[in-house]
Amino acid sequence: MWTRSKAILLSLWRTLRAPSVHYSLGFLTVAGFLAGIVFWGGFNTALEATNTEQFCTGCHEMRDNVFEELKGTIHYSNRSGVRATCPDCHVPHDWTDKIARKMQASKEVWGKLFGSIDTREKFLDHRLQLAMHEWTRLKANDSLECRNCHDYDSMDLTRQGSRAAQIHKRWLGTREKTCIDCHKGIAHRLPDMTGVPQG
Amino acid sequence: MRNKTLWIATAMALALAVMAFSAGWLFGAGDRPRAPAAPAPALPVVAAADDLGPAGMQLDAIRRGVPIGREAVPPPLAKVDNADLKRERAYPMQPPTIPHSIDGYQVDKNSNRCMLCHARANAATFQAPPVSVTHYMDRDDQFLAAVSPRRYFCNQCHVVQTDARPLVGNAFEDVDRLLHPPAGD
Repeated sequence: MWTRSKAILLSLWRTLRAPSVHYSLGFLTVAGFLAGIVFWGGFNTALEATNTEQFCTGCHEMRDNVFEELKGTIHYSNRSGVRATCPDCHVPHDWTDKIARKMQASKEVWGKLFGSIDTREKFLDHRLQLAMHEWTRLKANDSLECRNCHDYDSMDLTRQGSRAAQIHKRWLGTREKTCIDCHKGIAHRLPDMTGVPQG
Repeated sequence: MRNKTLWIATAMALALAVMAFSAGWLFGAGDRPRAPAAPAPALPVVAAADDLGPAGMQLDAIRRGVPIGREAVPPPLAKVDNADLKRERAYPMQPPTIPHSIDGYQVDKNSNRCMLCHARANAATFQAPPVSVTHYMDRDDQFLAAVSPRRYFCNQCHVVQTDARPLVGNAFEDVDRLLHPPAGD
């Protein structure tokens, strides 16, 4: 068994190492280019397919816990109908950062396969840890996913409540604090926050 | 002409179809009684803006005087007053009303959104009035370090105010007014 597969592998390796006999360099270049386009298109399509709310809520862990909670908030339902879907806040929009996050998500695939949070109780037990991941991420990138939509330079403070305007100007305008410092639990329910600074 | 029979058959079939159609059209249109115009649905009665009802009927304020047999249009949802202006208290011990909206504030075992700003330690950061010292006292008047559990749920006493019209009349008199009625009363 081992000898046979070794022989097959060796012959494959020799073929790969040998220069092409039948195909011209031009053909190989053009064919490689075209295949590259097809591969790239397919890769990105598959990537974007995993970047939709439909995909996220395909698992009951997301659908029955966090998605249910989102539904009651202003990020799901509001007067103008503009809304955020899961990846808008939880996946970076820039390509490199997105790929990095997607690679991290392989851990979440592991969790799904082995049922790390496949019951409500397990989810509640892990909720603080899960939330901490997101808070740390948003704190580290200066609430980038919030700011993709909520740009401080475009905020008309005069249209905010005086209380909100004052606090935004004092803490956000000076960049002393970032969105997630005060707005934890804006789209999902909070876990036990004992000992976690909020604001 | 090889297909003569086919042509004749087709023409006859067409003529028959036309006849059947016109017959159907004529009879159908003539016989069918015109559907009686659906009675205009009784317009739901919008409560008049100022009908508190006659005195003694104030408990009817929920229906706003709309007869029991008719359907009332619910008044539009009231808007929460969000002007951040402190309001007068009607009596010295009245819990102050909340001068801002509190949509989506989570106040439960896990977290208390109100205390994010109104806790003693956070009040300076957010320039919010800290909760009074009574909130830190237990029922034996002992001062605690944190808010007393019996005062934890803010909405038990403090509520927002909306621009809704009062449902019932109110003859409340301020204590100052009661003690020192203006001349003429």
